[in-house]
Amino acid sequence: MKFFMEKFKLNPKPTWKELPIASMIPQPATSRFYKTGDWRSFRPVIDKKKCTCCGLCWVYCPDGAIRIVEDGSYEVDLDYCKGCGICAEECPVKAISMIEEVEE
Amino acid sequence: MAKRIAIECSHAISLAAKLANVDVVAAYPITPQTHIVEKLSEYVADGELDAEYINVESEHSAMSACIGASAVGARVFTATAGQGLALMHEMLFIAAGNRLPIVMAVANRSLSPNLNIWGDQSDMMASKDCGWIQIYAENAQEVFDFTLQAFKIAEDERVMLPVAINFDGFYVTHVIEPIIALDQEEVKKFLPPRKIPSYALHPDHPTTWGPVGLPDVQTELKRQLEEALRNSKTVIKEVWKEFGDMFGRYYDFFEPYRLEDAEIAILMAGGHCGTARIAVDRLREKGEKVGLIKLRLFRPFPDEELIKLTKNLKVLAVVDKAFSPGGLGGPIFTEVKALFYDQKIKPEIVGFIAGLGGRDIRVDEFMVAVERAKKVLMGEKIDKGFMFLQVRE
Repeated sequence: MKFFMEKFKLNPKPTWKELPIASMIPQPATSRFYKTGDWRSFRPVIDKKKCTCCGLCWVYCPDGAIRIVEDGSYEVDLDYCKGCGICAEECPVKAISMIEEVEE
Repeated sequence: MAKRIAIECSHAISLAAKLANVDVVAAYPITPQTHIVEKLSEYVADGELDAEYINVESEHSAMSACIGASAVGARVFTATAGQGLALMHEMLFIAAGNRLPIVMAVANRSLSPNLNIWGDQSDMMASKDCGWIQIYAENAQEVFDFTLQAFKIAEDERVMLPVAINFDGFYVTHVIEPIIALDQEEVKKFLPPRKIPSYALHPDHPTTWGPVGLPDVQTELKRQLEEALRNSKTVIKEVWKEFGDMFGRYYDFFEPYRLEDAEIAILMAGGHCGTARIAVDRLREKGEKVGLIKLRLFRPFPDEELIKLTKNLKVLAVVDKAFSPGGLGGPIFTEVKALFYDQKIKPEIVGFIAGLGGRDIRVDEFMVAVERAKKVLMGEKIDKGFMFLQVRE
């Protein structure tokens, strides 16, 4: 987010005069700059031994936070995963478990 | 060349939208507005108007389609009335908040219950806070001219707001009147095609409109909208002046009638001003110093202009064709009262609710209103300062 603000020289606390008309966002794909990973209280962990690489977690993830790795397996993008647990619920072989995030 | 023609008022607005060469019309038929969009669909079907006519399943969808069309830079028109406007309510705010020029004709109709298709101003007045520019017309000529002007006002870079042209259901919409109609060449000179803003929605340069607004930004967004409405007053003045210079018909926020030496004035908006004028004439014949102030612009409210106009008045009788149950009176009345609270010199302000659900306001009833206003000046008290002029007790 900070990077985005700096890139487009946006005031993080814009006055009403600085705000783009109707507070429209003038660039596409800005949600990339807004990391939602810190909303998470449970983290999905994929058990690679159980995983059959069916890809259903990738299909069901509402945030596009499951990545396809080069070898055809799947991993969680923790920068954006909000920890909703849908992937764990939908996994047909129960290869995903939700582990509570603990402050270290 | 401008030509004098006889036309149904609803069709005058359709003709104006056609001459404005609108790109998109999205509307749902509802009495007493139906004739407007019926005519426009005919224009499109007959190839007289090259526009996308979108048949939608509701007014909520009609306004949603208009919003999308305006966001890509199209010139957009729609029309509705009463319950239809109420169903649009949510989207009215989106159109104004996203600063999208759209011109909408509102054939003012009462809100249910009871199921009433006749004219009063309770539909638009219930949506008065939606951020739209709101203009009230009295007759076919005003409706025709205001519609053409509305596109120019709405699409001005300093404004970028939707405009609602209000006119009474049936009393104005269904009446055939003579108007001076402009031709395509004349309209083209006054109203060139819409300039598409650089930030308009386009696949090549995506933008996001109406995203989540945290508490952090909402105040700034609303303040920006307030500024746009305030600025629009200057633009409306400019556009009306330009129109007057080109075609000879000049308009102002208010139209005073026999006000020069008046001590009492009726203030109201819409078609019943014609009847009020006759009442003024009759009272003048009796030697009473009475006048009329017709209100054309309700949002933004022309505050300074009204103060200037009323400086010699002793009483102002405000006639509202809408009211706010449990509130402090009709919408125009409360607005005017709030405006004058800070003024050292001010007239006595008396409110009247009349013409609800299409009940005609007769000449003698306007005269009763003036009589009651005079009594208030003599010290008579009216509970809460306003009364129902026509209610059977």
